[in-house]
Amino acid sequence: MTMDKKRVTELSIIANRVRKNALTAVYNAASGHPGGSLSIADVMTLLYFEVMNVDPKNPKMENRDRFVLSKGHTAPALYGVLAERGFIPVEDVATFRHIDSYLQGHPDMNKVPGVEMSTGSLGQGVSVAGGMALAAKLDNKDYRVYSVLGDGELEEGQVWEQAMFAAHYKLDNFTIFVDNNGLQIDGDITKVMNPTPIDEKFKAFGWNVIVTDAHDFNKLLDAVNQAKAVKGKPNEVIMKSIKGKNVSFMENNPAWHGAAPKKDEYEQAIKELDEIIKGLEASL
Amino acid sequence: MAKRATRESYGAALVEYGSNPNIVVLDADLSKSTKTDMFKKTYPERFINMGIAEGNMMCVAAGLAASGKIAFASTFAMFAAGRAFEQVRNSIGYTGLNVKIGATHAGISVGEDGASHQCLEDIALMRSIPGMVVINPADDREAMQAVKAAIDHNGPVYMRFGRLAVEDVNDENYKFELGKGVQLKDGADATIVATGLMVEMALKAAEMLKTEGISARVVNIHTIKPIDEEIIIKAAKETGAIVTAEEHYIMGGLGSAVAEVVCANAPVPVKIIGTDRFGKSGKPAELFEEYGLTPENILKNVKEVIKLKK
Repeated sequence: MTMDKKRVTELSIIANRVRKNALTAVYNAASGHPGGSLSIADVMTLLYFEVMNVDPKNPKMENRDRFVLSKGHTAPALYGVLAERGFIPVEDVATFRHIDSYLQGHPDMNKVPGVEMSTGSLGQGVSVAGGMALAAKLDNKDYRVYSVLGDGELEEGQVWEQAMFAAHYKLDNFTIFVDNNGLQIDGDITKVMNPTPIDEKFKAFGWNVIVTDAHDFNKLLDAVNQAKAVKGKPNEVIMKSIKGKNVSFMENNPAWHGAAPKKDEYEQAIKELDEIIKGLEASL
Repeated sequence: MAKRATRESYGAALVEYGSNPNIVVLDADLSKSTKTDMFKKTYPERFINMGIAEGNMMCVAAGLAASGKIAFASTFAMFAAGRAFEQVRNSIGYTGLNVKIGATHAGISVGEDGASHQCLEDIALMRSIPGMVVINPADDREAMQAVKAAIDHNGPVYMRFGRLAVEDVNDENYKFELGKGVQLKDGADATIVATGLMVEMALKAAEMLKTEGISARVVNIHTIKPIDEEIIIKAAKETGAIVTAEEHYIMGGLGSAVAEVVCANAPVPVKIIGTDRFGKSGKPAELFEEYGLTPENILKNVKEVIKLKK
Protein backbone atom coordinates (compact mmCIF):
# COMPACT_ATOMS: atom_id res chain seq x y z
CA MET A 1 0.00 0.00 0.00
CA THR A 2 2.10 2.84 -1.30
CA MET A 3 0.61 6.28 -1.78
CA ASP A 4 1.04 7.83 -5.19
CA LYS A 5 3.08 10.97 -5.74
CA LYS A 6 -0.03 13.16 -5.80
CA ARG A 7 -1.20 11.99 -2.39
CA VAL A 8 2.27 12.36 -0.90
CA THR A 9 2.44 15.90 -2.27
CA GLU A 10 -0.97 16.71 -0.80
CA LEU A 11 0.12 15.42 2.61
CA SER A 12 3.38 17.38 2.35
CA ILE A 13 1.42 20.55 1.72
CA ILE A 14 -0.80 19.90 4.75
CA ALA A 15 2.22 19.09 6.94
CA ASN A 16 3.84 22.38 6.03
CA ARG A 17 0.59 24.18 6.82
CA VAL A 18 0.66 22.42 10.19
CA ARG A 19 4.20 23.78 10.63
CA LYS A 20 2.96 27.28 9.79
CA ASN A 21 0.12 26.91 12.30
CA ALA A 22 2.56 25.75 14.97
CA LEU A 23 4.88 28.69 14.38
CA THR A 24 1.96 31.13 14.30
CA ALA A 25 0.85 29.74 17.66
CA VAL A 26 4.30 30.03 19.25
CA TYR A 27 4.99 33.45 17.72
CA ASN A 28 1.72 34.94 18.97
CA ALA A 29 2.22 33.38 22.40
CA ALA A 30 5.82 34.64 22.48
CA SER A 31 6.60 31.28 24.11
CA GLY A 32 6.31 27.58 23.38
CA HIS A 33 8.22 24.77 21.70
CA PRO A 34 8.78 25.14 17.95
CA GLY A 35 11.66 22.69 17.33
CA GLY A 36 9.90 19.49 18.37
CA SER A 37 6.62 20.67 16.86
CA LEU A 38 8.22 20.98 13.42
CA SER A 39 9.87 17.56 13.68
CA ILE A 40 6.56 15.72 14.28
CA ALA A 41 4.41 17.64 11.76
CA ASP A 42 4.72 14.89 9.14
CA VAL A 43 3.69 11.97 11.35
CA MET A 44 0.83 13.99 12.84
CA THR A 45 -0.42 14.80 9.33
CA LEU A 46 -0.16 11.18 8.23
CA LEU A 47 -2.06 9.95 11.30
CA TYR A 48 -4.87 12.51 11.11
CA PHE A 49 -5.27 12.53 7.30
CA GLU A 50 -4.41 9.02 6.19
CA VAL A 51 -4.33 6.53 9.06
CA MET A 52 -6.74 7.23 11.90
CA ASN A 53 -10.47 6.71 11.91
CA VAL A 54 -11.55 10.06 13.39
CA ASP A 55 -14.42 12.45 12.69
CA PRO A 56 -14.04 16.16 13.44
CA LYS A 57 -17.84 16.43 13.57
CA ASN A 58 -18.00 13.70 16.18
CA PRO A 59 -14.75 13.85 18.18
CA LYS A 60 -16.04 11.31 20.75
CA MET A 61 -17.15 8.74 18.13
CA GLU A 62 -17.20 5.43 19.95
CA ASN A 63 -14.84 3.29 17.91
CA ARG A 64 -12.48 6.10 16.90
CA ASP A 65 -8.75 5.55 16.86
CA ARG A 66 -7.04 7.34 19.73
CA PHE A 67 -4.01 9.62 19.65
CA VAL A 68 -2.12 10.83 22.71
CA LEU A 69 0.65 13.40 22.39
CA SER A 70 2.93 12.24 25.19
CA LYS A 71 5.45 14.98 24.40
CA GLY A 72 2.75 17.50 25.32
CA HIS A 73 5.04 20.51 25.00
CA THR A 74 4.69 20.18 21.22
CA ALA A 75 1.01 21.09 21.51
CA PRO A 76 1.47 23.62 18.65
CA ALA A 77 1.80 20.68 16.23
CA LEU A 78 -1.27 18.97 17.69
CA TYR A 79 -3.36 22.14 17.53
CA GLY A 80 -1.92 22.78 14.08
CA VAL A 81 -3.10 19.43 12.74
CA LEU A 82 -6.46 19.54 14.57
CA ALA A 83 -7.03 22.90 12.87
CA GLU A 84 -6.18 21.55 9.40
CA ARG A 85 -8.40 18.50 9.99
CA GLY A 86 -11.35 20.67 11.04
CA PHE A 87 -11.54 19.96 14.78
CA ILE A 88 -10.83 23.61 15.64
CA PRO A 89 -10.81 26.84 13.58
CA VAL A 90 -7.41 27.58 12.04
CA GLU A 91 -7.45 31.18 13.24
CA ASP A 92 -7.69 30.01 16.87
CA VAL A 93 -4.09 28.78 16.89
CA ALA A 94 -3.03 32.41 17.30
CA THR A 95 -4.69 32.41 20.75
CA PHE A 96 -2.33 29.66 22.00
CA ARG A 97 -1.22 30.24 25.60
CA HIS A 98 -3.29 33.42 25.91
CA ILE A 99 -5.45 34.03 28.96
CA ASP A 100 -9.00 32.80 28.24
CA SER A 101 -7.86 30.68 25.29
CA TYR A 102 -8.85 27.02 25.27
CA LEU A 103 -5.49 26.25 23.67
CA GLN A 104 -3.42 25.79 26.81
CA GLY A 105 0.38 25.70 26.82
CA HIS A 106 0.06 21.91 27.05
CA PRO A 107 -2.99 20.01 25.71
CA ASP A 108 -6.14 19.94 27.85
CA MET A 109 -8.59 17.14 26.99
CA ASN A 110 -11.46 18.96 28.67
CA LYS A 111 -11.06 22.07 26.54
CA VAL A 112 -10.04 21.02 23.04
CA PRO A 113 -12.18 18.83 20.75
CA GLY A 114 -10.04 15.95 19.50
CA VAL A 115 -7.54 16.03 22.36
CA GLU A 116 -7.83 12.61 24.00
CA MET A 117 -5.62 13.26 27.03
CA SER A 118 -4.15 16.16 28.93
CA THR A 119 -0.40 15.80 28.72
CA GLY A 120 2.75 17.74 29.40
CA SER A 121 4.36 15.84 32.23
CA LEU A 122 6.67 13.56 30.26
CA GLY A 123 6.21 9.81 30.47
CA GLN A 124 2.56 9.99 31.50
CA GLY A 125 0.80 10.29 28.14
CA VAL A 126 2.28 7.11 26.80
CA SER A 127 1.10 5.21 29.90
CA VAL A 128 -2.39 6.64 29.52
CA ALA A 129 -2.38 5.63 25.86
CA GLY A 130 -1.43 2.12 26.96
CA GLY A 131 -4.48 2.16 29.24
CA MET A 132 -6.66 3.09 26.27
CA ALA A 133 -5.20 0.21 24.27
CA LEU A 134 -5.93 -2.15 27.16
CA ALA A 135 -9.51 -0.86 27.30
CA ALA A 136 -9.95 -1.75 23.62
CA LYS A 137 -8.73 -5.28 24.36
CA LEU A 138 -11.03 -5.66 27.39
CA ASP A 139 -14.00 -4.48 25.32
CA ASN A 140 -13.08 -6.48 22.20
CA LYS A 141 -13.01 -3.29 20.16
CA ASP A 142 -10.83 -2.91 17.12
CA TYR A 143 -9.77 0.73 17.43
CA ARG A 144 -6.06 1.40 17.57
CA VAL A 145 -4.10 3.71 19.84
CA TYR A 146 -1.21 5.91 18.73
CA SER A 147 1.15 8.03 20.77
CA VAL A 148 4.10 10.27 19.94
CA LEU A 149 6.87 10.74 22.46
CA GLY A 150 10.23 12.42 22.44
CA ASP A 151 13.59 10.69 22.48
CA GLY A 152 14.59 12.76 25.52
CA GLU A 153 11.33 11.61 27.11
CA LEU A 154 12.74 8.08 27.14
CA GLU A 155 14.85 9.22 30.10
CA GLU A 156 11.68 9.17 32.23
CA GLY A 157 11.53 5.88 34.14
CA GLN A 158 7.79 5.65 33.62
CA VAL A 159 8.33 5.07 29.89
CA TRP A 160 9.99 1.77 30.80
CA GLU A 161 7.25 0.87 33.26
CA GLN A 162 4.77 1.21 30.42
CA ALA A 163 7.14 -0.63 28.05
CA MET A 164 6.98 -3.65 30.39
CA PHE A 165 3.23 -3.27 30.80
CA ALA A 166 2.31 -2.99 27.09
CA ALA A 167 4.44 -6.01 26.19
CA HIS A 168 3.12 -8.02 29.17
CA TYR A 169 -0.47 -7.45 28.08
CA LYS A 170 0.39 -7.98 24.39
CA LEU A 171 -1.08 -4.66 23.31
CA ASP A 172 -0.63 -5.16 19.56
CA ASN A 173 -3.26 -2.47 18.94
CA PHE A 174 -0.80 0.07 20.33
CA THR A 175 1.83 1.93 18.30
CA ILE A 176 4.16 4.55 19.70
CA PHE A 177 6.29 6.88 17.60
CA VAL A 178 9.58 8.12 19.01
CA ASP A 179 10.53 11.50 17.60
CA ASN A 180 14.22 10.71 17.37
CA ASN A 181 15.64 14.15 16.59
CA GLY A 182 18.55 13.56 18.95
CA LEU A 183 18.17 16.81 20.84
CA GLN A 184 16.71 17.82 24.18
CA ILE A 185 16.75 21.15 26.02
CA ASP A 186 20.29 20.82 27.28
CA GLY A 187 21.64 19.47 24.00
CA ASP A 188 22.54 16.11 22.43
CA ILE A 189 20.50 13.32 24.04
CA THR A 190 23.53 11.04 24.15
CA LYS A 191 25.46 13.66 26.13
CA VAL A 192 22.66 14.72 28.52
CA MET A 193 21.57 11.19 29.53
CA ASN A 194 22.07 8.64 26.83
CA PRO A 195 18.88 6.66 26.13
CA THR A 196 20.40 4.70 23.21
CA PRO A 197 20.30 2.08 21.81
CA ILE A 198 16.56 2.82 21.69
CA ASP A 199 15.74 0.00 19.28
CA GLU A 200 17.62 -2.71 21.18
CA LYS A 201 16.13 -1.63 24.49
CA PHE A 202 12.54 -1.80 23.24
CA LYS A 203 13.21 -5.11 21.49
CA ALA A 204 14.53 -6.47 24.79
CA PHE A 205 11.33 -5.28 26.46
CA GLY A 206 9.34 -7.38 23.97
CA TRP A 207 8.26 -4.79 21.44
CA ASN A 208 8.13 -4.93 17.66
CA VAL A 209 10.52 -2.16 16.61
CA ILE A 210 10.63 -0.37 13.26
CA VAL A 211 13.21 2.30 12.45
CA THR A 212 12.28 4.73 9.72
CA ASP A 213 12.47 8.25 8.33
CA ALA A 214 10.19 10.79 10.06
CA HIS A 215 9.94 12.91 6.93
CA ASP A 216 9.06 10.27 4.32
CA PHE A 217 5.30 9.69 4.19
CA ASN A 218 5.44 6.38 2.38
CA LYS A 219 8.03 4.97 4.77
CA LEU A 220 5.98 6.15 7.74
CA LEU A 221 2.80 4.62 6.30
CA ASP A 222 4.67 1.40 5.65
CA ALA A 223 5.72 1.33 9.33
CA VAL A 224 2.11 1.89 10.42
CA ASN A 225 0.93 -0.95 8.20
CA GLN A 226 3.69 -3.28 9.35
CA ALA A 227 2.60 -2.55 12.93
CA LYS A 228 -1.02 -3.34 12.08
CA ALA A 229 0.02 -6.81 10.92
CA VAL A 230 1.91 -7.64 14.11
CA LYS A 231 0.17 -9.94 16.61
CA GLY A 232 0.91 -10.17 20.32
CA LYS A 233 3.40 -7.32 20.62
CA PRO A 234 3.16 -3.55 20.98
CA ASN A 235 4.85 -1.51 18.26
CA GLU A 236 7.45 1.18 18.36
CA VAL A 237 8.30 3.29 15.32
CA ILE A 238 11.58 5.10 15.85
CA MET A 239 11.43 8.06 13.49
CA LYS A 240 14.75 9.60 12.57
CA SER A 241 13.73 13.23 12.50
CA ILE A 242 15.11 16.72 12.17
CA LYS A 243 14.30 19.09 14.98
CA GLY A 244 13.04 22.35 13.46
CA LYS A 245 12.38 20.59 10.12
CA ASN A 246 11.84 22.86 7.08
CA VAL A 247 12.87 26.12 8.73
CA SER A 248 16.50 26.59 7.78
CA PHE A 249 17.73 28.40 10.87
CA MET A 250 15.81 26.13 13.29
CA GLU A 251 16.95 22.78 11.89
CA ASN A 252 19.08 20.71 14.27
CA ASN A 253 19.43 23.60 16.69
CA PRO A 254 18.49 22.81 20.32
CA ALA A 255 18.15 26.55 21.01
CA TRP A 256 14.75 26.30 19.26
CA HIS A 257 13.48 23.62 21.65
CA GLY A 258 11.61 26.09 23.80
CA ALA A 259 12.12 29.55 22.32
CA ALA A 260 9.68 31.68 20.32
CA PRO A 261 10.80 33.40 17.11
CA LYS A 262 10.99 37.17 16.99
CA LYS A 263 8.98 39.03 14.32
CA ASP A 264 11.65 38.92 11.61
CA GLU A 265 12.45 35.29 12.39
CA TYR A 266 8.76 34.37 12.28
CA GLU A 267 8.32 36.14 8.94
CA GLN A 268 11.41 34.45 7.55
CA ALA A 269 10.15 31.02 8.70
CA ILE A 270 6.70 31.57 7.18
CA LYS A 271 8.32 32.72 3.95
CA GLU A 272 10.42 29.56 3.76
CA LEU A 273 7.41 27.34 4.42
CA ASP A 274 5.28 29.25 1.89
CA GLU A 275 7.96 28.69 -0.73
CA ILE A 276 7.99 24.97 -0.01
CA ILE A 277 4.19 24.85 -0.24
CA LYS A 278 4.25 26.83 -3.50
CA GLY A 279 6.74 24.41 -4.99
CA LEU A 280 4.64 21.43 -3.93
CA GLU A 281 1.46 22.95 -5.32
CA ALA A 282 3.19 23.61 -8.63
CA SER A 283 4.13 19.94 -8.86
CA LEU A 284 0.55 18.74 -8.41
CA MET B 1 -20.19 -7.53 64.32
CA ALA B 2 -16.61 -8.70 64.52
CA LYS B 3 -13.79 -6.22 64.15
CA ARG B 4 -12.67 -5.82 60.56
CA ALA B 5 -9.94 -3.78 58.91
CA THR B 6 -11.25 -1.26 56.37
CA ARG B 7 -8.94 -2.77 53.75
CA GLU B 8 -11.01 -5.98 54.13
CA SER B 9 -14.14 -3.90 53.66
CA TYR B 10 -12.60 -2.46 50.49
CA GLY B 11 -12.03 -5.92 49.03
CA ALA B 12 -15.50 -7.09 50.07
CA ALA B 13 -17.16 -3.98 48.64
CA LEU B 14 -15.39 -4.40 45.30
CA VAL B 15 -16.92 -7.87 45.10
CA GLU B 16 -20.33 -6.77 46.36
CA TYR B 17 -20.66 -3.76 44.04
CA GLY B 18 -18.33 -4.98 41.33
CA SER B 19 -20.86 -6.62 39.01
CA ASN B 20 -20.97 -3.44 36.88
CA PRO B 21 -18.98 -4.56 33.81
CA ASN B 22 -17.38 -1.12 33.54
CA ILE B 23 -15.52 -1.59 36.81
CA VAL B 24 -11.88 -2.61 36.50
CA VAL B 25 -9.49 -3.07 39.41
CA LEU B 26 -5.75 -2.46 39.14
CA ASP B 27 -3.19 -3.40 41.73
CA ALA B 28 0.58 -3.03 42.01
CA ASP B 29 1.56 -6.50 43.24
CA LEU B 30 -0.15 -6.05 46.61
CA SER B 31 -3.53 -7.65 45.96
CA LYS B 32 -3.23 -10.00 48.94
CA SER B 33 -2.62 -7.04 51.24
CA THR B 34 -4.98 -4.49 49.69
CA LYS B 35 -7.60 -7.27 49.47
CA THR B 36 -8.28 -6.66 45.80
CA ASP B 37 -7.52 -10.39 45.47
CA MET B 38 -11.15 -10.88 46.50
CA PHE B 39 -12.25 -9.04 43.36
CA LYS B 40 -9.65 -10.93 41.33
CA LYS B 41 -11.17 -14.27 42.39
CA THR B 42 -14.70 -13.17 41.49
CA TYR B 43 -13.99 -11.16 38.34
CA PRO B 44 -10.57 -12.27 37.05
CA GLU B 45 -11.21 -10.82 33.59
CA ARG B 46 -11.53 -7.33 35.06
CA PHE B 47 -8.53 -7.49 37.41
CA ILE B 48 -5.25 -6.13 36.08
CA ASN B 49 -1.99 -6.67 37.89
CA MET B 50 0.28 -3.76 37.11
CA GLY B 51 3.38 -5.06 38.85
CA ILE B 52 5.46 -2.86 41.12
CA ALA B 53 5.03 0.29 39.04
CA GLU B 54 2.63 2.71 40.69
CA GLY B 55 3.23 5.70 38.42
CA ASN B 56 2.34 3.67 35.35
CA MET B 57 -0.63 2.15 37.19
CA MET B 58 -2.18 5.55 37.88
CA CYS B 59 -1.80 6.61 34.25
CA VAL B 60 -3.12 3.32 32.86
CA ALA B 61 -6.11 3.74 35.19
CA ALA B 62 -6.58 7.20 33.68
CA GLY B 63 -6.45 5.72 30.17
CA LEU B 64 -9.04 3.09 31.11
CA ALA B 65 -11.26 5.77 32.64
CA ALA B 66 -10.89 7.90 29.50
CA SER B 67 -12.24 4.85 27.63
CA GLY B 68 -15.38 4.60 29.77
CA LYS B 69 -14.19 2.41 32.63
CA ILE B 70 -14.59 3.00 36.36
CA ALA B 71 -10.98 2.28 37.23
CA PHE B 72 -9.93 1.38 40.78
CA ALA B 73 -6.18 1.72 41.35
CA SER B 74 -5.00 0.05 44.51
CA THR B 75 -1.78 0.02 46.45
CA PHE B 76 -0.46 1.17 49.83
CA ALA B 77 -1.21 4.81 50.66
CA MET B 78 2.51 5.57 50.71
CA PHE B 79 2.86 4.66 47.05
CA ALA B 80 -0.56 5.82 45.85
CA ALA B 81 -0.44 9.31 47.32
CA GLY B 82 3.30 9.59 47.82
CA ARG B 83 5.23 7.95 45.02
CA ALA B 84 2.56 8.48 42.36
CA PHE B 85 1.48 11.93 43.51
CA GLU B 86 2.33 13.69 40.29
CA GLN B 87 0.66 11.05 38.12
CA VAL B 88 -2.45 11.36 40.29
CA ARG B 89 -2.28 15.14 40.13
CA ASN B 90 -1.77 15.51 36.39
CA SER B 91 -3.39 12.45 34.81
CA ILE B 92 -6.30 11.95 37.25
CA GLY B 93 -6.88 15.19 39.16
CA TYR B 94 -6.30 17.71 36.38
CA THR B 95 -8.28 15.63 33.89
CA GLY B 96 -11.08 14.80 36.36
CA LEU B 97 -11.10 11.24 35.04
CA ASN B 98 -13.21 8.59 36.74
CA VAL B 99 -10.46 6.90 38.74
CA LYS B 100 -10.91 5.63 42.30
CA ILE B 101 -7.74 5.28 44.31
CA GLY B 102 -7.99 2.55 46.95
CA ALA B 103 -5.11 3.33 49.30
CA THR B 104 -4.62 0.81 52.05
CA HIS B 105 -2.13 0.56 54.94
CA ALA B 106 -2.52 4.27 55.68
CA GLY B 107 -1.37 5.72 58.95
CA ILE B 108 0.88 4.65 61.78
CA SER B 109 -1.28 1.59 62.54
CA VAL B 110 0.64 -0.22 59.79
CA GLY B 111 2.83 -0.97 62.79
CA GLU B 112 5.89 -3.16 62.48
CA ASP B 113 6.79 -2.19 58.89
CA GLY B 114 7.90 1.17 60.25
CA ALA B 115 8.18 4.73 58.98
CA SER B 116 8.87 3.97 55.30
CA HIS B 117 5.42 2.38 55.03
CA GLN B 118 3.44 4.47 57.51
CA CYS B 119 1.84 7.08 55.27
CA LEU B 120 0.99 10.13 57.37
CA GLU B 121 0.88 12.67 54.55
CA ASP B 122 -1.72 11.33 52.14
CA ILE B 123 -4.69 13.38 53.30
CA ALA B 124 -2.65 16.57 52.91
CA LEU B 125 -1.38 15.56 49.49
CA MET B 126 -4.70 14.41 48.08
CA ARG B 127 -6.60 17.33 49.60
CA SER B 128 -4.33 19.71 47.68
CA ILE B 129 -5.60 18.46 44.31
CA PRO B 130 -8.62 20.44 43.02
CA GLY B 131 -11.69 18.25 42.57
CA MET B 132 -10.27 15.23 44.39
CA VAL B 133 -12.72 13.64 46.83
CA VAL B 134 -10.93 12.33 49.94
CA ILE B 135 -12.61 9.71 52.13
CA ASN B 136 -11.23 8.17 55.33
CA PRO B 137 -13.81 5.71 56.68
CA ALA B 138 -13.99 4.80 60.36
CA ASP B 139 -15.36 1.28 60.26
CA ASP B 140 -16.41 -1.60 58.09
CA ARG B 141 -19.92 -0.39 57.36
CA GLU B 142 -18.71 3.07 56.44
CA ALA B 143 -15.89 1.72 54.27
CA MET B 144 -18.21 -0.59 52.34
CA GLN B 145 -20.70 2.19 51.67
CA ALA B 146 -17.90 4.63 50.80
CA VAL B 147 -16.81 2.31 47.98
CA LYS B 148 -20.39 2.26 46.68
CA ALA B 149 -20.53 6.07 46.88
CA ALA B 150 -17.22 6.31 45.02
CA ILE B 151 -18.63 4.16 42.21
CA ASP B 152 -21.70 6.39 42.00
CA HIS B 153 -19.62 9.59 41.99
CA ASN B 154 -18.31 10.59 38.56
CA GLY B 155 -14.76 11.81 39.08
CA PRO B 156 -11.59 11.11 41.04
CA VAL B 157 -11.88 9.76 44.58
CA TYR B 158 -9.12 8.91 47.06
CA MET B 159 -10.13 6.32 49.65
CA ARG B 160 -7.96 5.75 52.70
CA PHE B 161 -8.10 2.35 54.32
CA GLY B 162 -6.30 0.82 57.29
CA ARG B 163 -4.52 -2.45 57.96
CA LEU B 164 -5.68 -2.78 61.54
CA ALA B 165 -9.04 -4.35 62.46
CA VAL B 166 -11.36 -1.70 63.89
CA GLU B 167 -14.57 -1.77 65.95
CA ASP B 168 -17.89 -0.58 64.57
CA VAL B 169 -18.71 2.99 65.38
CA ASN B 170 -21.84 3.09 63.22
CA ASP B 171 -24.94 0.97 63.77
CA GLU B 172 -26.81 -1.23 61.29
CA ASN B 173 -29.04 1.66 60.19
CA TYR B 174 -26.04 3.71 59.09
CA LYS B 175 -26.32 5.50 55.75
CA PHE B 176 -23.12 6.95 54.28
CA GLU B 177 -23.55 10.28 52.56
CA LEU B 178 -20.59 11.64 50.59
CA GLY B 179 -19.48 14.98 52.02
CA LYS B 180 -21.70 14.74 55.11
CA GLY B 181 -20.22 14.54 58.60
CA VAL B 182 -21.91 12.38 61.21
CA GLN B 183 -22.68 13.55 64.70
CA LEU B 184 -22.28 10.42 66.80
CA LYS B 185 -22.81 12.01 70.20
CA ASP B 186 -24.20 15.39 71.22
CA GLY B 187 -22.37 17.60 73.66
CA ALA B 188 -22.19 21.23 74.77
CA ASP B 189 -18.72 22.01 76.16
CA ALA B 190 -16.49 21.10 73.20
CA THR B 191 -16.52 19.05 69.99
CA ILE B 192 -14.17 16.25 69.06
CA VAL B 193 -13.93 16.03 65.27
CA ALA B 194 -12.31 12.75 64.30
CA THR B 195 -11.68 10.65 61.24
CA GLY B 196 -10.81 7.02 60.54
CA LEU B 197 -9.87 4.86 63.49
CA MET B 198 -9.62 7.93 65.72
CA VAL B 199 -13.42 8.10 65.75
CA GLU B 200 -13.60 5.11 68.07
CA MET B 201 -11.06 6.78 70.38
CA ALA B 202 -13.02 10.02 70.27
CA LEU B 203 -16.13 8.18 71.47
CA LYS B 204 -14.13 6.63 74.33
CA ALA B 205 -12.70 10.03 75.25
CA ALA B 206 -16.21 11.49 75.34
CA GLU B 207 -17.33 8.73 77.73
CA MET B 208 -14.35 9.44 80.00
CA LEU B 209 -15.04 13.17 79.90
CA LYS B 210 -18.66 12.52 80.86
CA THR B 211 -17.54 10.95 84.15
CA GLU B 212 -15.68 14.19 84.84
CA GLY B 213 -18.77 16.27 84.10
CA ILE B 214 -17.63 17.49 80.68
CA SER B 215 -20.08 17.19 77.80
CA ALA B 216 -18.21 16.58 74.53
CA ARG B 217 -19.83 16.31 71.12
CA VAL B 218 -18.34 13.77 68.72
CA VAL B 219 -18.39 14.33 64.96
CA ASN B 220 -17.09 11.79 62.46
CA ILE B 221 -15.71 13.39 59.29
CA HIS B 222 -15.34 10.53 56.83
CA THR B 223 -15.24 12.80 53.79
CA ILE B 224 -12.35 15.15 54.39
CA LYS B 225 -12.88 16.74 50.99
CA PRO B 226 -15.35 18.19 50.23
CA ILE B 227 -15.68 18.76 53.97
CA ASP B 228 -19.03 19.23 55.68
CA GLU B 229 -18.70 22.91 56.61
CA GLU B 230 -22.16 23.10 58.10
CA ILE B 231 -21.62 20.50 60.82
CA ILE B 232 -18.26 22.07 61.76
CA ILE B 233 -19.58 25.65 61.91
CA LYS B 234 -22.52 24.44 63.97
CA ALA B 235 -20.17 22.64 66.37
CA ALA B 236 -17.96 25.72 66.67
CA LYS B 237 -20.91 28.00 67.39
CA GLU B 238 -22.69 25.66 69.78
CA THR B 239 -19.76 24.22 71.73
CA GLY B 240 -17.16 26.98 71.33
CA ALA B 241 -14.09 24.74 71.15
CA ILE B 242 -12.83 21.95 68.91
CA VAL B 243 -10.29 19.14 69.14
CA THR B 244 -9.50 17.23 65.96
CA ALA B 245 -8.04 13.72 65.91
CA GLU B 246 -6.52 11.86 62.97
CA GLU B 247 -3.96 9.18 62.24
CA HIS B 248 -1.98 11.61 60.06
CA TYR B 249 0.63 14.32 60.33
CA ILE B 250 -0.66 17.40 62.17
CA MET B 251 -0.16 19.60 59.11
CA GLY B 252 -2.43 19.47 56.09
CA GLY B 253 -4.88 16.82 57.23
CA LEU B 254 -8.26 16.84 58.98
CA GLY B 255 -7.08 19.35 61.60
CA SER B 256 -6.02 21.83 58.94
CA ALA B 257 -9.26 21.30 57.01
CA VAL B 258 -11.35 21.91 60.13
CA ALA B 259 -9.26 24.95 61.11
CA GLU B 260 -9.76 26.44 57.63
CA VAL B 261 -13.54 26.22 58.05
CA VAL B 262 -13.55 27.44 61.65
CA CYS B 263 -11.20 30.38 61.05
CA ALA B 264 -13.25 31.69 58.14
CA ASN B 265 -16.69 31.19 59.63
CA ALA B 266 -16.80 30.86 63.39
CA PRO B 267 -13.39 31.39 65.03
CA VAL B 268 -12.99 29.30 68.18
CA PRO B 269 -9.92 27.53 69.61
CA VAL B 270 -8.96 24.36 67.70
CA LYS B 271 -6.44 21.79 68.94
CA ILE B 272 -5.08 19.30 66.44
CA ILE B 273 -4.14 15.78 67.44
CA GLY B 274 -2.03 13.78 65.01
CA THR B 275 1.56 12.71 64.53
CA ASP B 276 4.30 15.34 64.72
CA ARG B 277 7.18 13.29 63.33
CA PHE B 278 7.92 10.18 61.24
CA GLY B 279 6.66 6.89 62.60
CA LYS B 280 8.67 3.82 63.58
CA SER B 281 8.32 0.09 64.03
CA GLY B 282 6.21 -1.26 66.84
CA LYS B 283 2.83 -2.74 67.62
CA PRO B 284 -0.05 -0.42 66.68
CA ALA B 285 -1.14 -0.06 70.32
CA GLU B 286 2.39 0.88 71.37
CA LEU B 287 2.64 3.39 68.56
CA PHE B 288 -0.73 4.98 69.40
CA GLU B 289 0.53 5.42 72.95
CA GLU B 290 3.87 6.90 71.94
CA TYR B 291 2.41 9.29 69.37
CA GLY B 292 -0.51 10.46 71.49
CA LEU B 293 -3.25 8.86 69.43
CA THR B 294 -5.24 7.79 72.48
CA PRO B 295 -8.54 8.59 74.20
CA GLU B 296 -6.47 9.90 77.12
CA ASN B 297 -4.66 12.43 74.94
CA ILE B 298 -7.95 13.50 73.36
CA LEU B 299 -9.36 13.98 76.86
CA LYS B 300 -6.36 16.08 77.90
CA ASN B 301 -6.68 18.26 74.79
CA VAL B 302 -10.41 18.76 75.29
CA LYS B 303 -9.78 20.04 78.81
CA GLU B 304 -7.07 22.38 77.51
CA VAL B 305 -9.15 23.70 74.62
CA ILE B 306 -12.06 24.43 76.97
CA LYS B 307 -9.70 26.64 79.00
CA LEU B 308 -9.01 28.66 75.84
CA LYS B 309 -12.70 29.44 75.33
CA LYS B 310 -13.59 33.09 75.76
